[in-house]
Amino acid sequence: MTSTQALPAPPTQSRRGGRPRPPRRSRTGLGRPWVALGFLLPTILYVVAFFGYPIYYNLSMSLRDFTVRSFYTGEAPFVGLDNYTAVISDPVFGQTVLNTVLFTVGSLFFQFVIGLALAVFFRHNFPLSGLLRSLLLLPWLLPLVVSGALWKWILAQDYGVLNQTLEGLALVSSPVPWLTSTEWALISVTLVNVWIGIPFNMVILYGGLQAIPESLYEAAFLDGAGPWQAFRNVTLPLLRPVIAVVLMLGLVYTIKVFDVIMVLTGGGPAQASETLTTWSYALSFDEFAFGQGAAVGNLLIVVALVFALIYLRSVRRSMKEEQ
Amino acid sequence: MATTSAARRRTPAARRNIVVNRSWLKSALGVAILSVLLFPLYWMVNASLLPSDELLRQPPVWFPINGTLAGYASAISTQGPHLVTSFIVSFGVVTVTLVLAAPAAYALAQLRVRGGIPLVLVLLVVQMLPGIVMANSLYGVFNQVGLVDNYIGLILADSTLAVPFAILLLRTFMHGVPRELSEAARVDGAGYWRTFWSVIVPVSRNGLITAGLFAFLLSWADFLFAVTLTTGRSFEPITVGIYRFVGNQTTNWNGLMATAVLASIPAAILLILAQRYVAAGVTGGAVKQ
Repeated sequence: MTSTQALPAPPTQSRRGGRPRPPRRSRTGLGRPWVALGFLLPTILYVVAFFGYPIYYNLSMSLRDFTVRSFYTGEAPFVGLDNYTAVISDPVFGQTVLNTVLFTVGSLFFQFVIGLALAVFFRHNFPLSGLLRSLLLLPWLLPLVVSGALWKWILAQDYGVLNQTLEGLALVSSPVPWLTSTEWALISVTLVNVWIGIPFNMVILYGGLQAIPESLYEAAFLDGAGPWQAFRNVTLPLLRPVIAVVLMLGLVYTIKVFDVIMVLTGGGPAQASETLTTWSYALSFDEFAFGQGAAVGNLLIVVALVFALIYLRSVRRSMKEEQ
Repeated sequence: MATTSAARRRTPAARRNIVVNRSWLKSALGVAILSVLLFPLYWMVNASLLPSDELLRQPPVWFPINGTLAGYASAISTQGPHLVTSFIVSFGVVTVTLVLAAPAAYALAQLRVRGGIPLVLVLLVVQMLPGIVMANSLYGVFNQVGLVDNYIGLILADSTLAVPFAILLLRTFMHGVPRELSEAARVDGAGYWRTFWSVIVPVSRNGLITAGLFAFLLSWADFLFAVTLTTGRSFEPITVGIYRFVGNQTTNWNGLMATAVLASIPAAILLILAQRYVAAGVTGGAVKQ
């Protein structure tokens, strides 16, 4: 698949990618695999201990009645799927799933559209373009807690700059309770998450655009295509694999957003901005129902995994070509 | 018709002028877009410098003309220890990450090892695990072995954010090192370890620096592990400090924003030092680029 090849080349990548290499026999015969294993062994052990075991542990927790006491007594009776049924029949569940979907779809849509527009805008170099592009990355590099805190200041109801500006322009008659009303909370956290995610989308799409040969555009313009037609008939089709990567990675990253929501609203008010991620946290660390928290976490894993596998299929093909 | 003939009469120099003018117009537009998108950052810096009586004024005070460093003074006195904690944890994470990732990336990139591709795929997948799942289970596991409220525990937990990423990034990097280089060292009689240490590591210096900077930033920014695996009794990273600061009812906004500015400095430094590689890092070194 061409998807990932369309991405930009980092400065160090040599041009050896496409050239088939003749199989070379190691001078030490069978020595090499064992040596390689020596270099890999610490990492393999690490992955087993810090990813494998926690996943197993989480699964086991979700099938037990796991409370704070369990940590000290070691007692956590097996309860089968009780935690899952408890979670799914909880009235909060439906609301939380809906919030997660709205938050994810809203974030992805606006991040992507704005990111794509910026990528197209920066496609050709112009004075300062490099500097502007790297400055645009700042929102993505900031600690999410910092972004949350500064938006909390901007969105503050009585003295936040957003409400003051809107009132100054007479666009609203009374201050909007961005973070404290059930109607606005989810919209506000989505807005902030869009702001954080734009650079990510822009960078990857920009890389994809660079890989589209200029000659195709020249040909399109010779055939009388306008800028919009060139965008629709050249840019979009050739960018499609990169778009797929951006959206899949974006989805996987968006459903696990935690910091921003916790700092801005804590999932409230009245769970208006609660997503599966923050709910899982609340179940485990506020209500100490660790089994149920783990169950919600496992539902999240399933969703992430489905999209991760789709993504991996495309990566694997390109890695085969590389080897 | 008149216009087209006029256009035709333009000298090449004049046409170049039009192109130049248009590209400066684009620069102006770019600056305008940037100032909208980065306005929140300006607003953070502005608030961090305003004296407290100007903070809540209506209309807002747009420029810190009567700027004061009082916010920074209170930030350092209340959040200083948390900044130090975050530094210690982040340096620990950088160390753990590079020690694990550099040899692994070498094996994956240069020693064509069987099972290499599956391992890379595993590393890609574990990056996608929801953090809350990791926090939930690491809390359970660490509770049993006494690693909650423990520097080593938090360093190990935070390293899970950086190790897969660093291996993938360095692997891409080391793919670019000509294999002839290490083969030459082998011909000269160097062992694999020697080759790695004396040839690959020096040549990959830029990659190691980039991976290290990202490891630092990822653990510096971590909030989820910090808030679940520490109770604040013995130490507290800066992200948790800011979170609790925000939670206070009587928020001291200029102190909070000054803290936020201080906590952003590593990100700014990363952007300056590793600008070229940040874009490559966005994809998590995930794909062949």
